[in-house]
Amino acid sequence: MSGTYLGMPAFPKAARDAVRNGTLRGNLRHATHTIRDKRARAVAELEDWEELRAAGKAIKDRTLRHLDHHLVRLERAVTAAGGTVHWAADADEANRIVTALVKATGESEVVKVKSMATQEIGLNEALEAAGVRAYETDLAELIVQLGDDRPSHILVPAIHRNRGEIRDVFARRMGRWGRAAPEGLTDDPTDLAEAARLHLREKFLRAKVGVSGANFMVAETGTLVVVESEGNGRMCLTLPETLISVVGIEKVVPTWRDLEVFLQLLPRSSTAERMNPYTSMWTGTADGDGPRDFHLVLLDNGRTDTLADEVGRQALRCIRCSACLNVCPVYERAGGHAYGSVYPGPIGAILSPQLRGTGSEVDASLPYASSLCGACYEVCPVAIDIPEVLVHLRERVVQGGEVTRQGVRVTLRPARGHAAERAAMRAARWTLDHPGALRAGQRLASRTRRLHPERLPGPGRAWSDTRALPKVPAESFRDWWQRTRGGAR
Amino acid sequence: MSDGRDRVLARVRRALADVPRGERPRDVPVERDYLRTHGARTAGETVDLLAGNLADYRAVVHRTTEDGVGELLARLLSRRGAASVLVPPGLPPHWTAAVDATRVHDRAASTPWELDAVDSVVTGCAVAVAETGTIVLDGGPDQGRRRITLVPDHHVCVVRVPDQVVGSVPEALERLDPRRPLTWISGPSATSDIELDRVEGVHGPRTLEVVLLAAGEGGRAADGG
Amino acid sequence: MRVALFVTCVNDTLYPRTGRATVRLLERLGVAVDFPATQSCCGQPQFNTGYRHETEPLVRRFDAAFRAYDHVVTPSGSCAAMVRDNYPRVGAKAAAEGRGGELAEAAARAVTKTYELTEFLVDVLGVTDVGAYFPHTVTYHPTCHGLRVLGLRDRPRRLLAHVRGLRLRELDGAEECCGFGGTFAVKNPDVSAAMGADKAHAVEATGAGTVCAVDNSCLMHIGGTLARRGSRVRPVHLAEILAATEEEPYA
Repeated sequence: MSGTYLGMPAFPKAARDAVRNGTLRGNLRHATHTIRDKRARAVAELEDWEELRAAGKAIKDRTLRHLDHHLVRLERAVTAAGGTVHWAADADEANRIVTALVKATGESEVVKVKSMATQEIGLNEALEAAGVRAYETDLAELIVQLGDDRPSHILVPAIHRNRGEIRDVFARRMGRWGRAAPEGLTDDPTDLAEAARLHLREKFLRAKVGVSGANFMVAETGTLVVVESEGNGRMCLTLPETLISVVGIEKVVPTWRDLEVFLQLLPRSSTAERMNPYTSMWTGTADGDGPRDFHLVLLDNGRTDTLADEVGRQALRCIRCSACLNVCPVYERAGGHAYGSVYPGPIGAILSPQLRGTGSEVDASLPYASSLCGACYEVCPVAIDIPEVLVHLRERVVQGGEVTRQGVRVTLRPARGHAAERAAMRAARWTLDHPGALRAGQRLASRTRRLHPERLPGPGRAWSDTRALPKVPAESFRDWWQRTRGGAR
Repeated sequence: MSDGRDRVLARVRRALADVPRGERPRDVPVERDYLRTHGARTAGETVDLLAGNLADYRAVVHRTTEDGVGELLARLLSRRGAASVLVPPGLPPHWTAAVDATRVHDRAASTPWELDAVDSVVTGCAVAVAETGTIVLDGGPDQGRRRITLVPDHHVCVVRVPDQVVGSVPEALERLDPRRPLTWISGPSATSDIELDRVEGVHGPRTLEVVLLAAGEGGRAADGG
Repeated sequence: MRVALFVTCVNDTLYPRTGRATVRLLERLGVAVDFPATQSCCGQPQFNTGYRHETEPLVRRFDAAFRAYDHVVTPSGSCAAMVRDNYPRVGAKAAAEGRGGELAEAAARAVTKTYELTEFLVDVLGVTDVGAYFPHTVTYHPTCHGLRVLGLRDRPRRLLAHVRGLRLRELDGAEECCGFGGTFAVKNPDVSAAMGADKAHAVEATGAGTVCAVDNSCLMHIGGTLARRGSRVRPVHLAEILAATEEEPYA
C-alpha cells in the first residue's frame, strides 16, 4: 500500500492526471478552502501569534544545534521512567526492531495511531511480511487502508476522497477486515464516523500491542506527547499491554516548558482549533495505568543527512501541522499523490528530496513543484522558509555539490536531463551580461515580429498551449531611451 | 542496539560540524516575549471563559455548588438513562450519594470489555484551561486510570472553580507534573477527516458534560446545560 | 531628486510601455530619471531555477550599473524582491564557498537602495495621489513577491484609490498565486495553467475591463490565459495607470 514509492513518475507528469480529474479537484478545493479560512480565524484570536511563532522556531533551532545532547538526555529520562530506548539509523533497522518487539509479545496483530514516521519507513508492510497485521485506527488512515489507497495529506490522508466515496469504501470493504458497515450506511459524516467507531471498537478492546508516533518528546522529563482528535490515539496508547512508539529524532524539545509554545501553535495551525480534542502525555510507564512495557524507537532515516545541510536543516523544525499544504495552490491542483511520498505539499517538496536524496526522478522534480509564491512560509508556525529551501535544492539538482547521504559526505554531479536547460541558462546569462548582444537580439525580434507564430513548437508549447504569447514591441525600452534621450549616461 | 545508537549519535555530531565547539545548548537564544495569558480577567471571568469555550466545542456545561452537586450529578445520570457508572476510588462520596445507577469500580484486573459495558463515568480533574476550553486529567484519586474516561460513552467531569481553573496553556503546564500520565480533553471526541470539516463523536466519549463546582455554600444547583 | 530606473529585462524587451510610463510618472512628480544602459537582468530566472553561479555576474553587473545612485526604482515586485531577498543569499553562499566577500558587499549595496515603484512613491516621495486619471473599471491582483516578500501591503491600493475615474472591483481569492512562477510555468505547465485558469475566471467574474498588477511577468501569464479564453479584459501594469492623466490618457 503506502510503503514504497519507488518508480514514481516525476511530479509534472503525475500532476497532469490529477489536474484533469474533476472530482479530485473539487474535493481538494472544498477541503483546503474550508480549513484555510478557519485557520486564519483561529490564528487571529492570538495577538501574540508572531511571538509564539518566533519562539517555536527558536526552540527548534536550539534543539537541532545540540541534537545529540538532547537525545542522550531524553534517553536517560525515558529509561529512568521505565521505558526502553532503541536507535534506528534507517527504515530497515527500525522495522527490524519493531517487528522483533511485536514477535516477542507473541501477538499477531497491532493497533496503530496515525504516525508519519511509521508510514515513512513502511512499517505496515514489514509487519505484514512477518505475519503481523497492523490496523490503522485514525479515520482517514482507515479509509486509506480499506480502500487500498495511498495517503495524500499529512493530517487528513484521505482528503482526496469525498463523503460519497468514503461511504462506498466502508460499505464494500469493512467486512473483509472485521465488523462490516451497518446496512444502509449513508454518506452523512456523522454516520460514517459511527461506522468507524463500531468497526474499530472490537480491535481496540482486544489489542495487546499498540504502535504510535509522537508529536513531541521532552528531553528534560522523558515525556512523549500525542496530539489527536478522535480518541483512537488514547485507545492505542492506554489499552494495550505493550506500546511501541517510533519517533523521528527531530521531534525532541529540550524542556517541559517548551510545550507551552507548541501546544498553542499546533492545534490552531493544524485543525484550526483552540485546542484539539485529546492530547496524551506519558513518561515511561505508570503503575497500573496503561501499558506495562514501553519502547521508544528513535529514527534517523535521512534526518542527520538533512541536519548536515545548513540551509536545508530548517525543514527539521516541521511539526507536521499541514498548514502549508492547505494554503498551497499547487497542492490544491496537483493533489498529494503527485508528490510521491508520505510527505506531500510544500513541506514534502523540501523534506523528501533531503530524506531520500535527489537521485530518483520524482525526488529531483519535487523542488520544482512550486511557483515560489511563499504562502507556505507565511503560515508555517515554525517559520520554515520553504521557498528558500526549494531554491537551495534546485541548485543541488542542477549544479550538484557536496551533500551527506547515509552519514557520508559525497559530491553530487549535476543531474542528467538538465543539459539543454543548463546550456540555455548559460547562453541567456551571457547575453544578459553583454547588453550589446541583448540589444541586437531585441532588434532582431522586433524586425521579425510580424512573422512570430501564435503557438510555439517543441518545448515552447508548454507555454503557448494555454497562454497567448506576448507581442514583441516595435522598439525596446532601451532603444526608445536612446532615441529620445540621446543616450544620457 | 548500541550499534544503532553510536551510529546515529556519530552522524548527528558530524552533521553539526558548523556549530562552534564551545557553544552550549543554553547559548542558543529563545525569546519568550509571547504572552502568559491573553487579556486580563477576574477569576469569575476566567471561569466564564472556560464555560464558553467548553460549550463552543460541544461540551455540555453545568454550574453548581457543594450543596447542589449530588443532586445535579444524580439528575445528569438519570437523564442519560445510565444503569451503571464508573467511579474512581478517590471521588468525594457525597458527589454520587444520590445516584441511582450501579456504581462500578475500575480494578487493575478489569478488562476493556467490562468497561465498555458501563454507561457513564464521573471524575474530577487536575486543572482546566479557560482560553482553550480544556480539562486536564492526571490520574489522581478522583480521576482514576486513563481508560475509564475513554471507553464509556458518557463522561461527567467536575471542575472545582475557581481553584482548578487557569487562564492559559503556559499556566496549565506549570501546575502539572510530567511524571503522571496526562490527558488533555477539549470537548467530546471529534474528527476533521471527512472533507476537513469537524464532526463530533468518534472513539472517545461522545458526550462530555462538565460540572463547574463553585466553592461557596448555599443556593440551589443552577443548571446551565 | 535623481533616481536610476531599473527597467528589468522583461519590460525592456516585451513591455517598454511600462518603462516609458514609469519615466513619465516619476518626471511628473519632479524626479529626474536616469537609465544606466549597462543594466540588464536581475538574474531571477537563473537563481530561481537553481543556477546560482550563473546569477553571480548579474549581481555584479547590477551593482556596477547603479553604483552611483542612492535610489534605484523598478516597476517589478519580483525583480525588487530578487535583489532585496536573494542577492544577500548569493553573496553569503559565495563567501561560504571560500570566494571572498566581494559579492556579499555588492549585494548589501544593492539591497538598501532598491525600491519597487509603489514603495518609492509611498515611502520615499510620500505621495498616494499622483494626479492620475483612468476612467475604467479595474481589478487589482497583488503579485506574490510584492505581497509576501516585499510586504507591499496596501500601497498599490492606496495609489489606485486616488486615481480619478477609476472604479476598483474586488478580486476573489486575490492573494492566491496566478500560477506564473517563472520557469514553473513551463516546468509544470498543467498545474500552472490550472492556476492561471482559476485566476482568469476570478478576474472575469469581477466584471472589470482591466486587470492590473505590479509585475508584467504575472500579467503576461494572466493576460495570455485571458486572451486564449477569448476574454476582453486587458492586462495593464499599475505604472501605466498611474502615468495616465486627462491630458495624456492611457492609449
